Amino acid sequence: MKIRGVLLIATALIVAPFVVEATMGNAWVRLLDFALLYVMLALGLNIVVGFAGLLDLGYIAFYAVGAYFYALLASPHFGIHWPIWAILPLGALTAGVFGVLLGAPTLRLRGDYLAIVTLGFGEIIRIFINNLNAPFNLTNGPKGIANIDPGVVTGLPIPSTILYYYLFVVLVLLIVFIGLRLQNSRIGRAWVAIREDEMAAKACGIHTRNVKLAAFAMGASFGGVAGGLFASFQTFVSPESFGLMESVMVLCMVVLGGMGHIPGVILGAVMLTVLPEIFRQSAGPMQQAIFGTVVLDPEALRMLLFGVALIVVMRYRPAGLWPEQRHRREFVAP
Amino acid sequence: MSTLLETRNLSKRFGGVLALKDVSLTILQGEIYGLIGPNGAGKTTFFNVLTGLYPKDGGEVFFDDQPLRLTHPHEVALAGIARTFQNIRLFGQMTAMENVMVGRHARTQAGIMGAILRHRLQRAEEAAIRARAQELLEFVGIAAQANRLAHHLSYGDQRRLEIARALATDPKLLALDEPAAGMNESETRALADLIQQLRAGGVTVLLIEHDVKLVMGLCDRVAVLDYGGKIAEGAPTEVRHNPAVIEAYLGTA
Ligand SMILES: Nc1ncnc2c1ncn2[C@@H]1O[C@H](COP(=O)(O)OP(=O)(O)OP(=O)(O)O)[C@@H](O)[C@H]1O
Ligand SMILES: [Mg+2]
Repeated sequence: MKIRGVLLIATALIVAPFVVEATMGNAWVRLLDFALLYVMLALGLNIVVGFAGLLDLGYIAFYAVGAYFYALLASPHFGIHWPIWAILPLGALTAGVFGVLLGAPTLRLRGDYLAIVTLGFGEIIRIFINNLNAPFNLTNGPKGIANIDPGVVTGLPIPSTILYYYLFVVLVLLIVFIGLRLQNSRIGRAWVAIREDEMAAKACGIHTRNVKLAAFAMGASFGGVAGGLFASFQTFVSPESFGLMESVMVLCMVVLGGMGHIPGVILGAVMLTVLPEIFRQSAGPMQQAIFGTVVLDPEALRMLLFGVALIVVMRYRPAGLWPEQRHRREFVAP
Repeated sequence: MSTLLETRNLSKRFGGVLALKDVSLTILQGEIYGLIGPNGAGKTTFFNVLTGLYPKDGGEVFFDDQPLRLTHPHEVALAGIARTFQNIRLFGQMTAMENVMVGRHARTQAGIMGAILRHRLQRAEEAAIRARAQELLEFVGIAAQANRLAHHLSYGDQRRLEIARALATDPKLLALDEPAAGMNESETRALADLIQQLRAGGVTVLLIEHDVKLVMGLCDRVAVLDYGGKIAEGAPTEVRHNPAVIEAYLGTA
């Protein structure tokens, strides 16, 4: 039964891009790729916000660090061309170090205060990237870095979007695996304990500083991996991609899906990537059909409906669309 | 009997309020030591300072013949002092079992790499954590509730779960802040038995309690706090007849 489920999911994951490409076109495979990147980001943020309960509004900074790390080491900008398999782990590590550096000053803060400070840090990173083109041109400033080496072999008969899809799926699976293992571990329990009651956690002998930093580092490293993949996928990075709205978006995915619940977070990320796009593409023609003209700009309408949807979900499912069913566990033996 | 805990002139101030005034007391290995006093006397504050949750304003603490640093609460737990809270502080969204497993944190090792790779040593440690937690849940009598969320437990069970979680840290000194509060008579009796068993098992107990009968029946010695200062110390019967104590409880104009 369980094996059959796994086989089913595996088959679905393998054939999905071909089916999507055949029926809806390459643009949708591309969207699928983005959905997977957001899944990685959401799973990383879920460690910080969902498990450890630390509201981080600057999370996208680690995505930026990963992306620029890749861009600098695999582009004509410095003429360095490292292979992706070498950069990604180092990028994860670098983002993890940034996670600790940016997390350390915030350790005493909670809730709103933490959110404000992390928001500031997120912006600081973006502004730094924006301005680090002088006196020494590290990031090429607002123009961004172009002609980044792709992360997959190009020129094959299979479109590169599909190859990226497989690469991303593998990393998503790895991240899910790590997330699940962490959740059911001494560290994972310590994260949740801090979320539930920091004072009691301390009295239980938990070194809250280190355990929180571990959450920041882990979350950031997932973001770093996603960032590296993003750079290789786009072959172009610029500071614009790492604004506050992106942080908010990833947080929405986590909250909407079900904070602290890995399957829920994945659902949230996929939904918030795919649904707006479906909507964007259909809103124009639909208005055309009904009113004979496009009354509202689909882009504006999209944000409006996004806001409404968020309010509705939070009103009727405050724990998210797919929250952890812990209550079920109460009645079964371990 | 040797000394387990000694505080010297421990002080704590909240703005204008001196919540602890040069409190010096000595708790012996293996005794049940009561800390009593009227509301607002500073009993809970004594616990909070002793466990490092509130910074002290003066004085020092010796534990197990070593000076004890109070600046890091987790170090205090590691040194062997565990506590419960007057206003129960469980991890509400975790199961009873997980709550106790968290208590094993200080005595176990697994880090991030261990959690991810889950090699043999790590699996053995995790199994040991679970087994010990199960044992403690049985000891306090709530094994049947192991998989329920802590915040769904009854009040009495929550108190017992807190004790189990504290015991999971392998304490030498267990500090209980009004553990019988909100318990009915039979629950209170069961609690008294539990505390006796703990002591028989080698744990020293520091007990804050308003239930006079419980304190008199259980404690070897008691100290009385009033307005942050220690006004009496000794055997329960002695302290009970101490005029200063009677005055503190009855209040004077
Ligand atoms: N966090 C705090 N901030 C300010 N004042 C405090 C704080 N905690 C305690 N106090 C004050 O310190 C004094 C002692 O309080 P404490 O809670 O230690 O009393 P207690 O002996 O435990 O009383 P009770 O029997 O009601 O639990 C009180 O005057 C209280 O108002
Ligand atoms: Mg109190």
